[in-house]
Amino acid sequence: MKFGVLINEGPYQHQASDTAYKFIEAAIEEGHEIFRVFFYHDGVNNGTRLATPPQDDRHIPNRWTELAEKHEIDLVLCVAAAQRRGMVDEDEMKRNSKDANNIAGKFRISGLGQLIEAGIQADRMITFGD
Amino acid sequence: MLHTINKSPFEKDSLKTCLRYAEKGSSVLFIEDAVYACTKGTNFEKQITENQENISFYVLGPDLEARGLDNSNLTNNIEIIDYKGFVKLVAENEKTQNWL
Repeated sequence: MKFGVLINEGPYQHQASDTAYKFIEAAIEEGHEIFRVFFYHDGVNNGTRLATPPQDDRHIPNRWTELAEKHEIDLVLCVAAAQRRGMVDEDEMKRNSKDANNIAGKFRISGLGQLIEAGIQADRMITFGD
Repeated sequence: MLHTINKSPFEKDSLKTCLRYAEKGSSVLFIEDAVYACTKGTNFEKQITENQENISFYVLGPDLEARGLDNSNLTNNIEIIDYKGFVKLVAENEKTQNWL
């Protein structure tokens, strides 16, 4: 079965990002496919490559990247939410004349259409957030 | 239909709202801080037991454990499941409503 996942909460905020991660891990173990993970609102902060949590804590952005590399999961940050929060990839950096970018490797920035497409293409849609 | 609730009923009234909308035959899963809704002896025990004829209640075991709770603290007839059980519930139900 194909799952679409929407995450509306940032890392280290409450528990939504952790629950989503563990849900996705279990879904893959059970033989399901993750069509896409869409990060919206504060959820876009999951995609920073500049986070340095304490060594004995989980590294949430890296954990997403590793999971995506291993299972080829599409991780999408909402462009409008990302721009508001200073989450920038190379294209957005050039387009908005910024001096840096901060998106982790496996994440990409795109529009809400990607969420709608996930809702259409996936068999199940599930939301994690505040 | 599956309903998930993730906030404590002491903080938000999403349990109440959910129960108002949940139809006969649906399932309700408590995750994150919502697991406190399952504790015996609270006002929420009655809200759950009153609806058990029509609705199946589940709670995410790892989130219970993380809060020092176990079977002995739980309202009767709430099934403890793990993340694989969570995935199974989502797969079994055509739609999931996440009360945030």
